[in-house]
Amino acid sequence: MALLEVNNIHKQFGKTEVLKGISFALEKGEVLAIIGSSGSGKTTLLRCLNFLETADRGSIVLNGETLFDGENTRRDSEDIIRKKRLHFGLVFQSFNLFPQYNVLQNVTLAVKLLHKVSRKNKEMLAKIEADAKALIDRVGLSDKLKAYPCELSGGQQQRVAIARALALHPDILCFDEPTSALDPELTGEVLKVIKGLKSSDSTMIVVTHEMNFAKNVADKVIFMADGRVEETGTPDEVFGNPKSEKTIAFLQKSLEQI
Amino acid sequence: MFLDVTLELLKGFGTTLQIFALTLLFALPLGLIISFGSMSRFRPVRWLVRTFVWIIRGTPLMLQLIIIFYGPGLLSNWAAAVENPNVFTQWLAGIGVMDRFLAVMIAFVINYAAYFSEIYRGGIEGIPRGQYEAGQVLGMTKTQIFFKVVLMQVIKRIIPPMSNEIITLVKDTSLARIISVYEVIWTAQNYIKLDGIIWPLFYTGAYYLLFCGILTLLFGYIEKKLDYYRS
Repeated sequence: MALLEVNNIHKQFGKTEVLKGISFALEKGEVLAIIGSSGSGKTTLLRCLNFLETADRGSIVLNGETLFDGENTRRDSEDIIRKKRLHFGLVFQSFNLFPQYNVLQNVTLAVKLLHKVSRKNKEMLAKIEADAKALIDRVGLSDKLKAYPCELSGGQQQRVAIARALALHPDILCFDEPTSALDPELTGEVLKVIKGLKSSDSTMIVVTHEMNFAKNVADKVIFMADGRVEETGTPDEVFGNPKSEKTIAFLQKSLEQI
Repeated sequence: MFLDVTLELLKGFGTTLQIFALTLLFALPLGLIISFGSMSRFRPVRWLVRTFVWIIRGTPLMLQLIIIFYGPGLLSNWAAAVENPNVFTQWLAGIGVMDRFLAVMIAFVINYAAYFSEIYRGGIEGIPRGQYEAGQVLGMTKTQIFFKVVLMQVIKRIIPPMSNEIITLVKDTSLARIISVYEVIWTAQNYIKLDGIIWPLFYTGAYYLLFCGILTLLFGYIEKKLDYYRS
């Protein structure tokens, strides 16, 4: 059974239908790249998975547990939604680090709050910090533990954001165009980190405009157009042998050299 | 003579400081409540609160002071003269003249709470949505997001406009003189009436200046303390 099953997700903002029935499945340890032009609904899809938006129809099943079912009209309480969110992590395009906290505090804050760790519980605090330090080391920023976000480059900030999301050990880590705000050099260092996570068996969904990343790192690629899954398959299938007209046109444009 | 005046004015300035401190004590929290009202998702509440803020900010504090001081007395007189008194008019008639200091406090607290609420609102609305969303996807509750993520950033944002408003408050306390509360200006004016000298009135400026100077240093210190990060 797939780790994540997304069925027929619909989402409408006012009269604009942004998602027109999205379905896909994801196995544990897989990396899914979602590509497509701006406005095709990629970000909205991620936001629905993270319950920042509530889908109108469809269902989201994770590990056999139904997290969202459009048939069920009863709205979940804030508390239940919060618990469901913890299955997913989200790394934003604009990092959204907490500016008043240093790197280590950014990574540990949510964990401490989640487990309601009091200041007296030295043992637990030490464990959380050790955990966070290991994650920060994994994104290559051990020398920046006490630095504040404003003292870091965009690439470094995004790597902290990745460590922060990992600290809660989500089942699936989502990336919403993680490198769109970065220059090519910094893009490289962030993509390298994401690639490194793949080898550690993390399940990831990456919305990206980096075609080479999708081609080389992803196990599965979805091309979205106009709120629908236009084409899906392995990178070889989607990039090497695209079937839909729209996919062909999109790939041609994005691979065109100027 | 100089020493006498200095000490006498200091007494008056004590009242000034009292108005100042009590206004801050009540208006700072009240302003926060008003700001939540003016950001309410419930339209009638938002509309009502914003109208209230508009009225308070749109009229002079001096006028508000006069209305709050004389208003109850006038109502009380009217109630006492009503031909068929009932429980309500009897109660009104019993109010009599408002206590001067209480009138000053009510007027100042309401007035400054309205101004503070707009500063809070600006500070809270200026926090990018991404900060809330980052907290949400990290599984924080709304309360945790407000206190652990947003609040410090709001404080940093509002310190400069707040210090401005608080320094204005120091000087606005002199309006209390209009209803004969014995603050520093009133004390100095007494010298004109009784001794025919005007220099004590000029001298009061030194008190305001010194106190505002201390506040400026204090706020400068706080700003510097919060300068370790940029948002």
